[in-house]
Amino acid sequence: MDFFDRFAVPHPSFLIYASMVGIGLTMLAIVLGITYFKKWGYLWREWITTVDHKRIGIMYLLVALLMLFRGGVDAVMMRYQLSMPDNTFLDSQHYNEVFTTHGIVMILFMAMPFITFFFNYLIPLQIGARDVAFPRLNALSFWLFFMGMGLFNISFIVGGSPDAGWTSYFPLANNEFSPSVGTNYYMIAIQIAGLGTMISGINFITTILKMRAPGMKLMKMPMFTWSAFIANVIVVFAFPVLTVLLAMGTMDRLFGTNFFTTDNGGMDMLWANLFWVWGHPEVYILILPAFGLYSEIIATFARRNLYGYKSMVASMVVISVFSFLVWTHHFFTMGQGAFTNSIFSITTMAIAIPTGVKIFNWLFTLWKGKIVFTTPMLYSMLFIPLFTLGGVTGVMLAMSAADYQYHNTMFLVAHFHNVIIPGVVYAMIAGLTFYWPKMFGFMLNERIGKWTAWLMSVGFVLAFIPMYITGLDGQARRMYTYSESTGFSMLNMVSFIGAGIMAISFALLVYNIYYSIRYASRDIGNDPWDARSLEWATHTPVPEYNFAITPQVASTQAFWDAKKNGHELFKGKIEKIHMPNNSGWPFILGCIFFVFGFAMVFSIWPLAIVTLIGILGCLVYRSFEKDHGRYISVEEIEETEAKLRGAKK
Amino acid sequence: MKIKVKWALLTMIFTIATVLTGCEPLLVLDPKGPQAKTQADDIMLSIWLMSGIVIVVLAILVFVLIKYRASKQSDDYEPPHIEGSLLVEAICIGIPVIIVIFLSFVSVKSNYEVEATPAGYEDTKPLIVYASSSNWKWHFSYPEEDIETVNYLYIPAGRAIEFKLYSYGPITSFWIPQLGGQKYAMADMVTTLHLAADNPGELQGRNANFSGAGFAKNTFEVTAMSPTEFDEWVEEVHETAEPLTEEKFDELLEPGHLGRSTYTGTHLEFSPAPEHDHGSTESDSSHTKVESDHENHESSNSDEESDHANH
Ligand code: HEM
Ligand SMILES: [Cu+2]
Ligand SMILES: [Cu+2]
Repeated sequence: MDFFDRFAVPHPSFLIYASMVGIGLTMLAIVLGITYFKKWGYLWREWITTVDHKRIGIMYLLVALLMLFRGGVDAVMMRYQLSMPDNTFLDSQHYNEVFTTHGIVMILFMAMPFITFFFNYLIPLQIGARDVAFPRLNALSFWLFFMGMGLFNISFIVGGSPDAGWTSYFPLANNEFSPSVGTNYYMIAIQIAGLGTMISGINFITTILKMRAPGMKLMKMPMFTWSAFIANVIVVFAFPVLTVLLAMGTMDRLFGTNFFTTDNGGMDMLWANLFWVWGHPEVYILILPAFGLYSEIIATFARRNLYGYKSMVASMVVISVFSFLVWTHHFFTMGQGAFTNSIFSITTMAIAIPTGVKIFNWLFTLWKGKIVFTTPMLYSMLFIPLFTLGGVTGVMLAMSAADYQYHNTMFLVAHFHNVIIPGVVYAMIAGLTFYWPKMFGFMLNERIGKWTAWLMSVGFVLAFIPMYITGLDGQARRMYTYSESTGFSMLNMVSFIGAGIMAISFALLVYNIYYSIRYASRDIGNDPWDARSLEWATHTPVPEYNFAITPQVASTQAFWDAKKNGHELFKGKIEKIHMPNNSGWPFILGCIFFVFGFAMVFSIWPLAIVTLIGILGCLVYRSFEKDHGRYISVEEIEETEAKLRGAKK
Repeated sequence: MKIKVKWALLTMIFTIATVLTGCEPLLVLDPKGPQAKTQADDIMLSIWLMSGIVIVVLAILVFVLIKYRASKQSDDYEPPHIEGSLLVEAICIGIPVIIVIFLSFVSVKSNYEVEATPAGYEDTKPLIVYASSSNWKWHFSYPEEDIETVNYLYIPAGRAIEFKLYSYGPITSFWIPQLGGQKYAMADMVTTLHLAADNPGELQGRNANFSGAGFAKNTFEVTAMSPTEFDEWVEEVHETAEPLTEEKFDELLEPGHLGRSTYTGTHLEFSPAPEHDHGSTESDSSHTKVESDHENHESSNSDEESDHANH
């Protein structure tokens, strides 16, 4: 009996039971549905074992959208809890679990897969490649990420969710103060997902360095590819820190080591430092690809080349270096003294300079342009002022003496949502709308799309601007409730209404997808937006080999040149194409990792040892496996090409 | 139509801001001591400067969007290819650089101010208060007065106060918004926070750093009073309060919430502050003797608690 006790949720509530039932029924429905429609074979052949970067990308996208929903529900619950003083909708324990999982889910399991979706889908297309450098490794990245995500998400129905904040500071996160397995989930699930991210970082760097189309010098890459390159370089430098950090945290919790204890030579501040040595670069990992997407979208709809290409690249390089030199700004209040704070205050403010350069470059891209207000463009135009607001409040936080007052308050919460929502989330939705036709062969409805963008922005402003004010009025973050006398209630109610409006805007996005699937025209050609870079030069839908003939590149906007200036993209004739074979190995390895992770979370050592051996076995098997891939014959390619050309007549 | 929405938005923000801030000044912007004043000044300065930046960006944006939108242009207008110009980009870097340099000066200056004895009270002898947190309470020890309080803090106005912060558990953050910004209290070291209250008055203090289930109510009350009143209070405590025993203190440390209480003697005698002093720019030696006259490093209580966790 004892053995099973630990799987029970330590702080059950009606909501948790209800969602257990809901999740159970949904799972059942999905399994039955797939069986009924006899789709298991299709799923296995076409998706689970796929090594195609486009399909892997779309799987990342699905996870990201699912997690956006999960994190969004968390968010609305929190805002509702705080909308009234002394509200009893959530108790302290549940509130703590909700904001902890909200933070982790949104950053690691929503924003990260969302950008990885764009990396996967776009990088090979933008550089004129047939796939990423290591397609099978790419599948492994996805499955590790997926299993980490899955493991994290079962926490709230098996054993209890983590409740020490997404920052999980020790000693709060040690066994003494966080005795439930929730924080084990944090340590191990993020570790597994993080491994996936690190592997894909290496993969994308190699892809960009090695697989560009002939003529595409580094300084001729599209801006999104540049941003992806730099973001992945940051991944490769920052994620090892996270790996080590989580390993140390795991050992403290499971094996009684003393890295972060407050006695026996441990040091709790070490966690905070290492966390932010990863954590600050992480926020730039998220924002740089977003900048890349905005650059593509703004240039396309200003009908102009991107202004200041070189300074755009330079500013990202500077940001990537500086992002490793500012971590202390997350704890100016730790008592390191005026000198240290001054140094980090200055480096932090300095990071705003390259960011500002980018804003000005976008503005100058609009200059003398011919601006078309499509939905992606609308998001980008809302992004510029709103993100600027978030950026300047960042500069305010960077003034360390003043930060003693902002730190740990709603002001800080307002800042980072103000950069992440208009910065990252808008970019993701704008990019999704922009690339939707390339992926699925029809466009999302523009009218609904614009409504969504406006509604989201109104919701955003109402939800987050009041937090700046309550923060300055002394409302600390992470308080599950407050009393009437504090005077926070009115603004928190406004905030809740804003959150509600944002929720409606996301529902509208879903409705838009449904509506467009039903009614949108399928006759849109390969280049519905009149865009500029290579991904639009191939067919819609993109054939598995991407380009029948490898394109030739001579400028930063090869496709535009081909359309307007007579640049010849596809020289030569079709030859047979070498493609990698599908493989079930990444999925199986991912599954074993999942079980291993589960065993670790609950300290079931025999199972952990067996699965660990399984993991090693899989790696050994893989290194002896001989698979030379396959060829697509010229006839087959010509047939596909003819069909695709015919289809869009 | 789009413009209209934008204006509607702006007016909305504006009304929210004015209506809701108009009634009562925000705590942080209503300083009652020199440190909070320094910080509030920095905050207001940066708000003005930053609003300027936001307005400039917004103005340029609205201007280009109106001027260069496609519906206003002839069909055959082909936007030119512009690579970028060194001069323009130099200006775009130059102006932010100047702003950042300016703010850096302000920031560095304020850093040294808030990390030193509060301006105007340099020649007062600072009152030393050890503020330690336990789940979810604050213990205030006045070593020189030889008294200790729980969850409330009496301080003399017009005198520098030097808080020595540490924690019996998770990292917490000691914060009295109207006197000055917060600082962490940690289990393995002591941090120093310099504050002062200009005038007598009632203030709110809290732990600002999330520390588990009882965090939201981890608050304390602060009363600043005239020095004579303070001395009277100290005397009164010595006459009326019970001495703080080790057993009593262990009881107080048990996780939970408590009301106010008052003792003579301090827990520093049997459960001293951590030895490692961290980041104090001005180290005051007058109080170190209190720290050094102890032999057992670990409080008996932390053993108890870890047993508790291993069940
Ligand atoms: C203009 C550049 C920026 C500056 C100067 C800046 C400055 C800061 C500072 C000083 C803090 C710490 C405040 C505190 O804890 O008291 C902070 C927190 C944060 N920033 Fe920024 N920031 C900038 C841009 C961004 C961007 C682009 C993102 C994300 C896309 C971001 C995400 C965050 C997050 C997530 C946190 C806090 C997380 C937490 O404590 O839970 N920031 N920022
Ligand atoms: Cu940061
Ligand atoms: Cu130290």
